[in-house]
Amino acid sequence: MSSPASSIAPVAISVRDIHKSFGPIEVLKGISLDAREGEVVSILGSSGSGKSTLLRCINMLETPDRGEVTVAGETIEMLAAANGKSRPRDRAQVDRIRSRLGMVFQSFNLWSHKTVLENVIEAPIHVQKRPRTECIEEAEALLAKVGIAAKRNHYPAHLSGGQQQRAAIARALAMRPAVMLFDEPTSALDPELVGEVLRVMRALAEEGRTMLVVTHEMGFARDVSNRVIFLHQGQIEEDGRPDEVFGNAKSERFRRFIKA
Amino acid sequence: MDWTFLQETFVSLVSAVPLTLLLAANSIALGAILAVGIAVARFSAIAPLRWLAQAYVFVFRGTPLLVQIFIIYYGLSQFPAIRHSLLWPVLREPYWCAVLALALNTAAYASEIIRGGLLSVPFGQVEAARACGMSRFMIFRRITLPLGVRQALPGYGNEMISMVKATSLASIITLMEVTGVAARIISESYRAIEVFVVAGAIYLTINFLLTRLVQFVEFRLSPHLRQPVAVLPAIIQGEAH
Repeated sequence: MSSPASSIAPVAISVRDIHKSFGPIEVLKGISLDAREGEVVSILGSSGSGKSTLLRCINMLETPDRGEVTVAGETIEMLAAANGKSRPRDRAQVDRIRSRLGMVFQSFNLWSHKTVLENVIEAPIHVQKRPRTECIEEAEALLAKVGIAAKRNHYPAHLSGGQQQRAAIARALAMRPAVMLFDEPTSALDPELVGEVLRVMRALAEEGRTMLVVTHEMGFARDVSNRVIFLHQGQIEEDGRPDEVFGNAKSERFRRFIKA
Repeated sequence: MDWTFLQETFVSLVSAVPLTLLLAANSIALGAILAVGIAVARFSAIAPLRWLAQAYVFVFRGTPLLVQIFIIYYGLSQFPAIRHSLLWPVLREPYWCAVLALALNTAAYASEIIRGGLLSVPFGQVEAARACGMSRFMIFRRITLPLGVRQALPGYGNEMISMVKATSLASIITLMEVTGVAARIISESYRAIEVFVVAGAIYLTINFLLTRLVQFVEFRLSPHLRQPVAVLPAIIQGEAH
């Protein structure tokens, strides 16, 4: 959507000066980024540029060495650990903030011993302690929305990749998240199944959800998101509206990246 | 063939089956609880806890069960502290000594089986649980343990069968379970073959039923690994393909 989220909308996610190394390799070299409510931000970059790590630092699946993450106004409190890196001060706070972030993984990661419906109601019932009947009702509506209502009693192993990913999106939505995080949601799919997942994501963008999407889908980045970020070697190299970034990139590397 | 003798032997041995089953059931149940604890300790971030669990498995897997039974039955009573403790009313009973030895022994083996099951849980599924904001204990209870147990079940079935057979060692410390009664009948009749054949058949029957039970539980726990039953005609619209 080209209508950019109003710049006066409140900030949904704020990332300040995130650093992350794996051993000697510095993957993120001080990333700062604000996403406002309703914004759909596509994060692009070649493999190894740190885009997945950035997303995983936001919900602390990776602990940033340095930096600050704020979700819906609440900053995750960090402590300096003995090795000079930081770690969350309070695990319960991290759990609480995670429950406000819907995460969609490249490899779906549905719980294989639970049916699709059980996957979707699991966290609302057990983490958010919402009434079961309400959760089931909402889950069924979400499954209908992503187009797999008929598969509600199937196990993940019996679904196609595209169906599994749509179930995973429904599972993330069931938490009523403030922000949806997508980590290469279509990269593990057969080409003919990519479209059905992108359609669901486009519908979510159109209803004004805040989304951070790590992706290789240039079409999605260009047409659906209202902001594109290009990461290169752990730093933000481009950041702007898709028409600006794709039409008139400042960085030579990005121009080569989209040509490839 | 002396059918009357076989029949009498069978009746006597069957009357000892409840004790055999009780020994097996109690020691398997206690051992399973202990085994989960040991398996979890093996994954602990606290190094001494890991070492303790490793040492436990090393000792109880590396020594014969019979020796363990002897140490508990004859050895513990040597210590006045134990004789005067609250546990003495339990530990002076050969039955509880046998249950304790069997449970401690099976816990060592079972902990390794469960550890293997827990290791088999795909990391992505744990990560998905984390991303939903589940606490570590909830992840263990709702995701890791159920998935791990499903993987561990076939191996654990073996261990349960071993335990049923191992209860026969309890006869050494005066318990009149199936083997104990068999030994008594032999000492009175000197007819070892018939008596042991009947005893063997009884163990075989118990383990046959146990195998079927494990198979049934495995079947019930793994609908996600089977082909789905023909789906009801799509009642709900909205299927994309």
